[in-house]
Amino acid sequence: MAHAPAMSDSPAIEFVHVEYQTGDKRVLLSDLSLRIRRGEVLMLLGPSGSGKTTSLKLINCLLTPSDGQISVDGRPLQEWNVIQLRRHIGYAIQEGGLFPHYTVEANVALVPRLEKWEPSRIQARVREVLSMVGLAPDRFGSRYPHQLSGGQRQRVGLARALAADPSILLMDEPFGALDPITRSELQKEFLALQQRLSKTVVFVTHDVSEALLLGDRIALMDAGTLRGVYLPRQFVESTDPKVKPYVDACRAMQQVLQS
Amino acid sequence: MLQSIFDLRNEFIVKNKSEVLTLAAEHLCLVGVSMALAILIGVPLGIFLTRRPVWKSLILGSNSVIQTIPGLALFGLLLPLPWLGARADRLAIFALTLYALLPIIQNTYVGITGVDPPVREAATAMGLTRRQLLWKVELPLASNVIVAGIRVATVATVGLATIAAAIGAGGLGEFIFRGLAMVDNHVILAGAVPAALMALSAYWLLGLVQRLLSPARH
Repeated sequence: MAHAPAMSDSPAIEFVHVEYQTGDKRVLLSDLSLRIRRGEVLMLLGPSGSGKTTSLKLINCLLTPSDGQISVDGRPLQEWNVIQLRRHIGYAIQEGGLFPHYTVEANVALVPRLEKWEPSRIQARVREVLSMVGLAPDRFGSRYPHQLSGGQRQRVGLARALAADPSILLMDEPFGALDPITRSELQKEFLALQQRLSKTVVFVTHDVSEALLLGDRIALMDAGTLRGVYLPRQFVESTDPKVKPYVDACRAMQQVLQS
Repeated sequence: MLQSIFDLRNEFIVKNKSEVLTLAAEHLCLVGVSMALAILIGVPLGIFLTRRPVWKSLILGSNSVIQTIPGLALFGLLLPLPWLGARADRLAIFALTLYALLPIIQNTYVGITGVDPPVREAATAMGLTRRQLLWKVELPLASNVIVAGIRVATVATVGLATIAAAIGAGGLGEFIFRGLAMVDNHVILAGAVPAALMALSAYWLLGLVQRLLSPARH
């Protein structure tokens, strides 16, 4: 891989025997134990309904586990103020989830404004993160989301997630709705950006080649359980019957083997 | 008769200009106060329903029942009530407010629940509190639907308020009832035409507000 995961003893995020049930007692996630290291990109890979988005939403309390324990930065979630926790974690989703009534600038400035930063500091930061994601602040800052292309909206979504400089970034299929060329472009830029920023990233995807390309490690989810956590190379070489079909279906395997 | 309807130089209006203006002002007052009350009650109630949907069928249902009661009957039914029946304008405002509530509650509810789920989810995940979600996301995005409800309610209330004259609450209905009794179309029109103009201008004005509020998403 292009970059080795930054090692550290205390995990950024830790799941200990976590279970999640819906209101009508359907178990969407059972006995998930997982340590996510500081500065690594962990890919949650699996088909829809496998529990990957559920796991992601448990981290910033969009969902509450029915059993088990989740810690962020060494502190159990119950000890966090939910609002503070969420502002401390960046969140990017498919299509960006941008506010349609806010300009690009206002969207990106959202969390810094909620955190009552100085206006001059907010302005500088907005320009900084917009440039970071490859959008010229003067050209795009005053536009509305509907005036942007899908790829540009996605960039704004990423800029918004980065705005308050959170140490953790949650990404739920952020590039899922893009055409292959734009997606590949954004994936490359994400890699370059991550090399500079070294955030702890939890990235949900159902696309194996995306998982292999972006991940330091890949957590394979299947029917609400964690099948295993693999380095990309381990993943492609695995003989696990649940992993095999993914690898077979994916041509990116060859690229990884050759690297 | 037809001629008198289309006679724009309504002598009655010209001769009774000050009374027309007084009754129009009364009418405007009835509508204004009722609408203000309906908005103050209806919008929060609509927001409440988005938070506690269990109440939806009860509140919207009982409001729909009120809508089916003919206006004149409702005024009459409320007349014997102790505090309300004591003053005609109080009673009229109460009844008009009841009628105006439904479209406002309904549109507030529909407008807020119509906010794109990913937008709501992203807002929550970014750390907006419940209150910030309401003021920064839900209400701005629902505002043009809410105003559309207010617009429908206002136009209906202007018309309905003419009936308030039947219980002595004043307004432009005075001319209409007087004209009916006198079988004089000039007098009826002295009430009907200003009321229609008032309804049209409310329709136009609130349409303008609606357009100003509609977010640039197209």
